[in-house]
Amino acid sequence: MLTKKDVKKVAQLARLELTEEEVSVLTPQLSNILGFIGQLKEVDTTGVEPTAQVTGLSDVWRADEYENWDKAEIAAALKQAPAGLEGNQIKVKKVLEQD
Amino acid sequence: MKLNELTIKQAVEKLDEGVITAVDLAHACLDRIKEVDEKVKALLTVCKNEAIDEAEKADKRRAKGEKGGLLGIPYIAKDNILTKGIRTTAASKILENYIAPFDATVIKKLKKAGAVLLGKSNLDEFAHGGSTENSAFGPTHNPWNQELVPGGSSGGSGAAVASDMCLFALGTDTGGSVRCPAAFCGVVGLKPTYGRSSRFGLMAMTSSTDVPGTLTKTVEDAALVLQAIAGHDKYDASTPDEIVGDYSQKINQDIKGLKIGLPVEYYGEGLSPAVRSAMNEARKKFIELGAEIKEVSLPHAKYAVPVYYIITPSEVSSNLARFDGIKYGLSVKGEDLLEVYLKSRGQGFGREAKRRIMLGTYALSAGYRDAYYLQAQKVRTKIKEEVDAVLTEVDVILTPTQPTAAYKIGSYDADPLQMYLEDIFVIPASLAGLPAISIPCGFAKGLPLGLQLIGARFDENKLFQAGYQYQQNTDWHLKKPII
Repeated sequence: MLTKKDVKKVAQLARLELTEEEVSVLTPQLSNILGFIGQLKEVDTTGVEPTAQVTGLSDVWRADEYENWDKAEIAAALKQAPAGLEGNQIKVKKVLEQD
Repeated sequence: MKLNELTIKQAVEKLDEGVITAVDLAHACLDRIKEVDEKVKALLTVCKNEAIDEAEKADKRRAKGEKGGLLGIPYIAKDNILTKGIRTTAASKILENYIAPFDATVIKKLKKAGAVLLGKSNLDEFAHGGSTENSAFGPTHNPWNQELVPGGSSGGSGAAVASDMCLFALGTDTGGSVRCPAAFCGVVGLKPTYGRSSRFGLMAMTSSTDVPGTLTKTVEDAALVLQAIAGHDKYDASTPDEIVGDYSQKINQDIKGLKIGLPVEYYGEGLSPAVRSAMNEARKKFIELGAEIKEVSLPHAKYAVPVYYIITPSEVSSNLARFDGIKYGLSVKGEDLLEVYLKSRGQGFGREAKRRIMLGTYALSAGYRDAYYLQAQKVRTKIKEEVDAVLTEVDVILTPTQPTAAYKIGSYDADPLQMYLEDIFVIPASLAGLPAISIPCGFAKGLPLGLQLIGARFDENKLFQAGYQYQQNTDWHLKKPII
């Protein structure tokens, strides 16, 4: 059902680097699971609304006011940024290429 | 009886009488952890100093006149629940050294109640699994037989309660992850109604079914813990403004006339003889207690597993996108941004996490979303409507929790799909957002079995009443493993 090529493409979309061995193992496993899931096609769902969530809630509002996050918690959170900080900002690799 | 062997109810009585202290309790549990956790491997982190500190605070509060609730009661939290200042790993290499910067709401509530956190328990990585074998730090072993799985994904929590390492534990239940280990370890596992308790500070797995749940030694204790963690939370928009009543007040009300539904589809050929026999005994017991048994039907329940295994990976693929080596967690150096993502995630995630991310990414990708994800959500509607309809005819639904007792570690290594099929009884309550509880109901060759009761939304009271009466009239829950 799925080819190794499909699996590699999906892995790229999911930002997962897989080894050749992982691709070989995953391909039949994913195909199997998708095959199993295929039985859902049997079910007649004409006129049936999808269930995205079960609470029945919608438009849960709060006042448009901000709360300051505790400074010590902010520091603890930022401290864990792997590439380090510049001031209070987390360093990230270049996102846009320059021509 | 050793102090760590007490139930919450018994411990609170002794604490209120002044016969024991919270520090005594904490030490008893910590000693027990030292005694048996090398064999069981339930815990990833033990926070001894913090625990004694919190226990001392609880004793001081009691000295000032505070009583009852969970004041001074030692517990363990599943390691996908954020605990401020304490390592929280989700049993993943990608968060191996992550220190949570804040407390989950449920942890905050337990702190306020004066409960004492002893440590963090092992789980399937990011809660992906039903056996705790997918932990990046090794599996937890079933206290009843260490060659077997404790169930999952809250296996560490289940094993810890069964081994008397704590008086209760927190887990999370998305598709059975509290109920399964409860059944396999012989303890009580409660999955509350979706939205009854806040998900803020839980590492998200399947946002539309995740709930924080409780592992306890008795049904009575489950009510006490739910009392503390239930309630609307402004930080979790999926918690309705539903009143939290007193779950313990009418717990010992008799269940004469309680209508219990048995879905015919669940008692068919596939059921193992030991499970069938235990469920038969349970049915007879409930009749003895005055309940009425009614046969009901859930024709679409057979689609629960495939529905779940599309919806879950899809939501997982979205929720795990935040682990990218940038803000926190494992970060592998790369030439450019894309390489940092590919390598950090490739190396940080385990096999099952990757499998689910891949499945979800595929199911949601252009051209496939309608066939897979949307169809699954529509079948979900049918399953939910069916269960809701049955619960207007009966008060609760009775099923086995698991099709079998605990199995050998490594059984499903080659075939992950077979493990998914173990979830057949527990998934419908998750898809419909209903409360469900697993209660010890027998043994199969010395291994615990659990029965499951499913209730209507926010009707945890009926589950507690039925469970309480059952436990007053059976002694399965009093049996302990010899480790």
